Amino acid sequence: MARHIVATVDEIAPGQRRVVSVNGREIGIFNVDGEYFAVGNRCPHEGASLCKGRVVGLVEASEPGAYQYSRRGELIRCPWHGWEFDLRTGKSWCEPDRTKVRSYELKVEPGGALVEGELRAETFPVSIEKQYIVVEV
Amino acid sequence: MSTIEMERSPPAKYRLRVIDCDIHPAMTSWTEVHPYLEKRWIEHLSVYGSHLRHAFSEALSHPRMSPDAARIDAYPDEGGPPGSSLELMRKQHLDPNGVQVGMLIPLRWNPGSQRNLDFGAALTRAMNTWQVERWVKQEARLRASVLVAQEDTEAAVAEIDARGGDPNFTQILILPRTDEPLGRRRYWPIYEAAVRNNLPITIHVGGTNGHPSTGGGWPSYYMEEHHAVAQTMQAVLTSLVFEGVFERFPKLRVVIMEGGLGWIPSLSARMDKHWSRLRSEVPHLKRPPSEYVRENVWFSTQPMEEPGSAAELIDLFDRIGWDRLLFSTDYPHWDFDDPRYAFKANLSEAQRDQLLYANSSKFYGLG
Repeated sequence: MARHIVATVDEIAPGQRRVVSVNGREIGIFNVDGEYFAVGNRCPHEGASLCKGRVVGLVEASEPGAYQYSRRGELIRCPWHGWEFDLRTGKSWCEPDRTKVRSYELKVEPGGALVEGELRAETFPVSIEKQYIVVEV
Repeated sequence: MSTIEMERSPPAKYRLRVIDCDIHPAMTSWTEVHPYLEKRWIEHLSVYGSHLRHAFSEALSHPRMSPDAARIDAYPDEGGPPGSSLELMRKQHLDPNGVQVGMLIPLRWNPGSQRNLDFGAALTRAMNTWQVERWVKQEARLRASVLVAQEDTEAAVAEIDARGGDPNFTQILILPRTDEPLGRRRYWPIYEAAVRNNLPITIHVGGTNGHPSTGGGWPSYYMEEHHAVAQTMQAVLTSLVFEGVFERFPKLRVVIMEGGLGWIPSLSARMDKHWSRLRSEVPHLKRPPSEYVRENVWFSTQPMEEPGSAAELIDLFDRIGWDRLLFSTDYPHWDFDDPRYAFKANLSEAQRDQLLYANSSKFYGLG
């Protein structure tokens, strides 16, 4: 496992996403209201590019006619068959015990720490004053 | 139970070889069909539009999961609806999925259900020529379907005879929600023409006859309507069998397209059971209904049931008959089946090739 700098925080606005390539793997980085999540860009059901799907919340009903909408922006819905995956855990809403999309450790770190540490950026010049998104793959 | 994660590689390192029986082409604009439509009908369209037995002729009765019932990634960058860009179809589907031959199934405007029969017949002629000029002549892997105005049998037969010798066409397309069940004798001249021209009749989900989409009335949710395709196909199949269509036209080949698979063995068993007790009502049937199904009917694979265990799927294929299954993707619709992942079972290379390619190659007389 190695850590990779994939973006600066200001490159992905809240509600936005970016697909990055790390060691040949496509990984989607999502900003959900200032929290960042990283999941693979391949739906484990039939292989669609998952990160092209819509980001949605959770619609539930305690009984017919009573609806709650929660977890706004925390689920990604596959662009083909509509399978929903939890951006926090990678678990699918269809088959939570059986099917998940790979999720990755992700941290936001200041440039100062990265420049001093082992992680001199491979593709990016790191400046000390910025905040960077770092994914562990 | 093991957990499936992303990034698994394709199940086997085989070269994909696919015949796709169900691809939906779209028009960027309806003016695309104008060159093939008589002036009288172009004017009719601009003045009166399309008239189906439907509240809003250009609206679907339910929002289909996503706009245009389409994969979200199937919208061309240059605009236009999913299925309207040949370039994107090649890049997104034909090339990566190893499609050797793809059958076009145009759905919009539904000429067969137009209330104005003359307009419907004119539309079938125009849309059939459009398929050849706009698609088949531009892309050698594609084949057209003969659209027919099935409620005007004479016009339908004329169109089948006109297209029958043309190798650009592989099948005759009818949407199953017709004015009457498809076994009724009013439709028999169409089956006679199909046999005469050696073309199968493909019955693809859809149609707008004004009747409720389920036997229990109009459903509330798209999910209910999506399930109702199996009811519709069951009604069509029982009608074809019990009215005696296969007895009268033993060489007729029918494809049930996009109707699901799980119900086929139980329907066959139920028909046999009832026939053994009630056969005096239909003395024209000489054999158990399941035999007609087994000999005259084929089924497209998408949208497949996805049972929890692979053994159930294999059992289902055993019961239907592996030689009766024709692979289809439904590109560019939202429930598209990827040929790598559609069959959730460990198939041998020979089985996989049979399902993805060889059955259709034989059935449509390709290759």
